[in-house]
Amino acid sequence: MSVPTGTVALFATCINDMLFPDTPKAVLRLLERLGCTVDFPLQQTCCGQMFTNTGYFTEAMPSVRNFVDTFGAYEWVVGPSGSCIGSVRDQHPMLAKRLGDPGLQREVDAIVAKTLDLSEFLVDVLGVTDVGAYFPHTVTYHSTCHSLRVTKVGDRPYQLLKAVAGLTLIDLPNADQCCGFGGTFSVKNPDTSVAMGTDKMRAVLDTGAEYLVAGDNSCLLHIGGLLSRNKSGVTPIHLAEILARTEDDYLVQADGATTKSGGAR
Amino acid sequence: MSPERTETVQDTTVVHERRTPAPPPVTLIGMPKFPKNAKKELANSQLRTNLRHATTTIRNKRVKVVQELPHWEDLRLAGEAIKNRTLRHLDTYLLQLEASLTANGAIVHWANDAAEANQIVIDITRSKGADEVVKVKSMATQEIDLNEALEEAGIAAWETDLAELIVQLGHDRPSHILVPAIHRNRSEVREIFLEEMGRYGTPPPEGLTDDPAMLAGAARVHLRNKFLRAKVAVSGANFAIADSGTLVVVESEGNGRMCLTLPDTLISIVGIEKTLPTFADLEVFMQLLPRSSTAERMNPYTSMWSGVREGDGPQEVHVVLVDNGRTKVLADQVGRQALRCIRCSACLNICPVYERVGGHAYGSVYPGPIGAILTPQLRGTASEIDQSLPYASSLCGACFEVCPVRINIPEVLVHLRNRVVEEHHGPSAWGMGMKVGGWVMGKGNRFGMLEKGAELFGAVWPGDKVGPIPGPASAWLGARDLKKPPTETFRDWWVKREKAKRSGDSGQKDA
Ligand code: SF4
Repeated sequence: MSVPTGTVALFATCINDMLFPDTPKAVLRLLERLGCTVDFPLQQTCCGQMFTNTGYFTEAMPSVRNFVDTFGAYEWVVGPSGSCIGSVRDQHPMLAKRLGDPGLQREVDAIVAKTLDLSEFLVDVLGVTDVGAYFPHTVTYHSTCHSLRVTKVGDRPYQLLKAVAGLTLIDLPNADQCCGFGGTFSVKNPDTSVAMGTDKMRAVLDTGAEYLVAGDNSCLLHIGGLLSRNKSGVTPIHLAEILARTEDDYLVQADGATTKSGGAR
Repeated sequence: MSPERTETVQDTTVVHERRTPAPPPVTLIGMPKFPKNAKKELANSQLRTNLRHATTTIRNKRVKVVQELPHWEDLRLAGEAIKNRTLRHLDTYLLQLEASLTANGAIVHWANDAAEANQIVIDITRSKGADEVVKVKSMATQEIDLNEALEEAGIAAWETDLAELIVQLGHDRPSHILVPAIHRNRSEVREIFLEEMGRYGTPPPEGLTDDPAMLAGAARVHLRNKFLRAKVAVSGANFAIADSGTLVVVESEGNGRMCLTLPDTLISIVGIEKTLPTFADLEVFMQLLPRSSTAERMNPYTSMWSGVREGDGPQEVHVVLVDNGRTKVLADQVGRQALRCIRCSACLNICPVYERVGGHAYGSVYPGPIGAILTPQLRGTASEIDQSLPYASSLCGACFEVCPVRINIPEVLVHLRNRVVEEHHGPSAWGMGMKVGGWVMGKGNRFGMLEKGAELFGAVWPGDKVGPIPGPASAWLGARDLKKPPTETFRDWWVKREKAKRSGDSGQKDA
């Protein structure tokens, strides 16, 4: 394992910051446990993909500019989202080229090279797959399209999950199929989105897993919303929250201090 | 299927009985947008079952035959590069194509749009004293709605591809590039044949069952007469080779071969982007196309013809090179990659949206991912349906992965969404929301303020989740619960932790 000397900036992502604070807390805890110095620059906001992917390029530009202003000085930028990291790496250069100046383009290119999804940072930079986690549950992993095809995290999440003590990983059937979230697609085309999500939910239920794990809370918001509405009893959980847990947590949990409730994310 | 049969057609001068089955009319104005069409199709259980079965089967087969070729990715890169070079110098290659074709004895026509192309076919057919044509399956003729133009001119166009025949007899429109009747199952096909075949030629045999072999047999007999009688055939082309003046049609049933060899006159409608520079380029595309489309190592029939050969095959060969919006597409630096398309339909078969809604929801000859990027470019974004097509995707990216010529479909989708926004920026709730949102996300403290609102909502909302509420929120909440926002964002938690750290507390216990 090789811990970077510089400070790692945690890019929480707007949706995690606001709706799923447990996820960035888990990233922080995990990275500090592994010896990293982590900062959460308060100036951060959003990757801007909800604007970009809806066609509002001009409206996405403040997010792009803010991203380089916020994170430019750090050695690494790490976020728990294949989709938001993918947007920074794939779309910020396109936006800077179209609507920015050469200076911004240079800054964006520089930041793209050091912006990583959590699973990439753990496996490629820190060089660990066994992060010392303990999670005595049956889980199935949803790969999420942008993790798979934009950020291309590959099998890193599987490597990390397989090394978690106590965890039983069950393969999700049709794992490479989209869950139907698709950002604003989920509300612009709600019927198709739900039809896709229902099939994904069925695949999840077929595994019999207790937890549905993914590297993106946005997809979990969607599938989890369906699982909750249908009283399925399956709990959506972010990969980081599994990796952050150790045996000690379960001592606490046995006392009933912290328990997770199933359902909507 | 259109229930009413007003089987008369108004030519400018004559009123005559329709010769061929009437398909449902296509009127862009007033056509509902994609989400509305999709909602209707999603409720069709038969369609859902057919599509799930058909697309799953073919995409699983595709993976297998593609994995057999260790150099598949190199082939894709080569396909992309050849097409890019062709498009970059399309003006040159088109002139070379025209010269080679002419030298081979073919007659070359140029058509700016659908109307010009259709008129050329009408004029040639009339000059032969013919009142009918047999057709090879062709997307270009679907695009220009040739059959209906011919019908209006009193010329009957008979589809000879089995699936196209089913669609035509069913008063229907194709719903897939390669498998136009993918939305039909065999009992529906039997019904269509029993009901319609006899009205337009040889009726089906007594005791027709839904056995596929028997259905195909009925079609074969029905078509036989038409093949033997026809003086004129109309085809498209998969490739048009500039250096040798060769047209290529790739097919599975042999009906194409019949059309290309029996009638005395052959008219081929070819989109200008079908050009390939050299005959050797076929090496790449004849590996890419069959494996991507029908998931076969090689398709059963590949016909190639270079002009006229005396005493063998058609003695008059016409080639109509059609623009119909393609030059406009070529002018768009991001969008032009859609012109690389070889119409294999791999992107349709892999698309989770297409799999659930089918082809008709796209309101376009080209459905699925390629339709969503090509149609709004060819037709423009004036209509509601064309404005909605670039949004008919979750941007999952599966189409890009399978496309044999590496068209980055998600990239073009997002590009076209931007075009829709730029071209139609009247006041809208979306526009307002995006403007405000864009400003908020420009600074951390602005977003922090917004988050305070979420915290407040979380504090006052009873229960731990938000269930169904009517109104605009039902787009999400209609089927999906939403966890209520927590009363403390990560940002606020972090600020507290840092403060505690500075005042000596470790602040770790919450982490
Ligand atoms: S876009 Fe690509 S995958 Fe889709 S039909 Fe065209 S060539 Fe095939």
